[in-house]
Amino acid sequence: MSELMLTLFNGASLGSILLLIALGLAITFGLMNVINMAHGELIMIGAYVTYVMQNLFISYLPSQYFDFYFILAIPVALLVAAGFGMIMEFSLIRFLYKRPLDSLLATWGVGLMLQQLARSIFGAPNVGVKSPSFLNGGLEVGTLLLPYSRLFILGLSITCLIGIYYYFYRTASGRRVRAVMQNRQMAECLGVSTRKVDLLTFAIGSGFAGVAGCAITLLGAIGPALGTSYIIDAFMVVVVGGVGALFGAVAGAFGIGFFNTAFEYLTNASIGKVLIFLLIIAFLQWRPSGLVTSRSRSLD
Amino acid sequence: MQNRIYQSVFSRKIVFSLILLILLLAPLFLSDFRLNLLGKFLAFAILAIGLDLLWGYTGVLSLGHGIFFGLGAYAMAMYLKLEATGGKLPDFMAWSGIQELPLIWIPFQYPILAIILGILIPACLALFLGYLTFRNRINGVYFTILSQALVLVIVTLFIGQQNLTGGTSGLTNFSTFFGFQINSATTQTVIYFVTVVALVLVFLGCKKLVKGRLGRVLVGVRDGENRMRFLGYNPSTYKTFVYTISGAIAGLAGMLFVLQVGIISPTMIGIVPSIEMVLWVALGGRGTLIGPVIGAVFINAAKTGFSESYPDYWTYFLGALFVIVVVFLPKGIMGLVEKLKERWNKVDVKESSSVEIEKNYS
Repeated sequence: MSELMLTLFNGASLGSILLLIALGLAITFGLMNVINMAHGELIMIGAYVTYVMQNLFISYLPSQYFDFYFILAIPVALLVAAGFGMIMEFSLIRFLYKRPLDSLLATWGVGLMLQQLARSIFGAPNVGVKSPSFLNGGLEVGTLLLPYSRLFILGLSITCLIGIYYYFYRTASGRRVRAVMQNRQMAECLGVSTRKVDLLTFAIGSGFAGVAGCAITLLGAIGPALGTSYIIDAFMVVVVGGVGALFGAVAGAFGIGFFNTAFEYLTNASIGKVLIFLLIIAFLQWRPSGLVTSRSRSLD
Repeated sequence: MQNRIYQSVFSRKIVFSLILLILLLAPLFLSDFRLNLLGKFLAFAILAIGLDLLWGYTGVLSLGHGIFFGLGAYAMAMYLKLEATGGKLPDFMAWSGIQELPLIWIPFQYPILAIILGILIPACLALFLGYLTFRNRINGVYFTILSQALVLVIVTLFIGQQNLTGGTSGLTNFSTFFGFQINSATTQTVIYFVTVVALVLVFLGCKKLVKGRLGRVLVGVRDGENRMRFLGYNPSTYKTFVYTISGAIAGLAGMLFVLQVGIISPTMIGIVPSIEMVLWVALGGRGTLIGPVIGAVFINAAKTGFSESYPDYWTYFLGALFVIVVVFLPKGIMGLVEKLKERWNKVDVKESSSVEIEKNYS
């Protein structure tokens, strides 16, 4: 029983990380039909921002303030990654709208360069980020010990989700994003500046990748190729969840998170991966364009 | 008059024959080491043709061709390994305490069967995945993402099943092929010629395929899938067919690769090599068949040249190449050649306009 609970908890934990990563992907793909392969590198940037913040705190501030570095790193990671995203959108991606496969290749190239850049600056070996002391230890529930760091990630992604929900469904700017997503030309005709919406949305998606990178530092050492290990699973979330609504991404992320953990628990890591892949293929037989899609009469 | 000479010089047949002549004469003026490298590049070129058939003509982008390449390569490597150990168990199996030859290794004792399986297994995997994804009109981008996930899954599987596949170190230390010393210069030259012949056959076969009615249907599927559907064609059948052929070609390329390189490991078939294969096609020019061959040889030659002395800059260069090709050279090198040719012809036309008229009437 307790093992089942632990599997559930680990699944939720993995799902929450995937959700953080996949949200940005789903939005940019749904909005602009752009596949951002450099999303993984934006995660990596977020992680290294946390690392840099930690080092800054160690060298310039007295040690009793050390724990605050992590709190501060989250917004900084968000801003830095969003900045990178904006530069990417402005200099490259806006030329590739409606060419998803081309955008995929070009952003892969960008990702390759960013990885190499990280390797030149921080070196190829992984670096460790020390968790703040308030995230050490865990919550005891019965016989289980739920690590605070994982609970924190869960809370963080729920907070982000609420934030995104509020933005999309309760603000004028979010409404414009949804309008462009559903019918770009009509939105344009009604006076929405689609350029601005694209730029802003891409920046938001990238920013959440940065937050995800910040959260991932709690789970282990970080390296230049950090993003690649998460990005494919995150894309799977988009494929399974569909791009129509936030709910799709949430269901996709937690679904893949749970099944992944369960399969790996029941078999082993490599067989588990095969099983989850087959499960996704089988799922797509039932829902070819993902769980939630925005319906439209247009073809192609 | 001059124009005609240019045109005949640039005509594809002559260019093709020239390239073929150079490839056939290469053993005369290249050292064994260089010839081996060229042979490796040509094996990659075979794969690039198959990938172009899929992406350039049918508009389906697969980021998973490394896997089909790898399955072919592993099939050949398993046979070579068994021949090298002379009926005994391969060393890594003995280390992990296996007593008998595992069931999936048994067919690979026989060279002919291994070669057939090296083509058949990737083809079947492609057929399976292609049928399930194209059948219910999954978005093209979703397919691309799935094909990349396939790479991750298979590579994880190959690394995980260490006692069956040799794990991260892969399969190496081969000795003989059909009883001939695999590392001897003569055998390598023969394998080189086999690779050239395979390349030519694959090229001509694909050329024939796309020149005919089938090729037009494929381009139709690429440019307007729904229109083709309304015209009564079933695009998913065509896509599945091309994907299967493309997988088989990749398997063939993998087998020729192992024979010349003498090692295959999961890192050679992983996510990064798979997406690099796409770059060969993109740089050469998709939908041209000859372009990908040029792209594959060019990029790999550049990689061998640069990456050993400046590995860091090579990665930057590779990344930049992805961006440059997509943004500035969507038609690749072949598109550039076409443009130059047009410009050349135009200059000529200004010199003597009569030629242009003549051309128009003919």
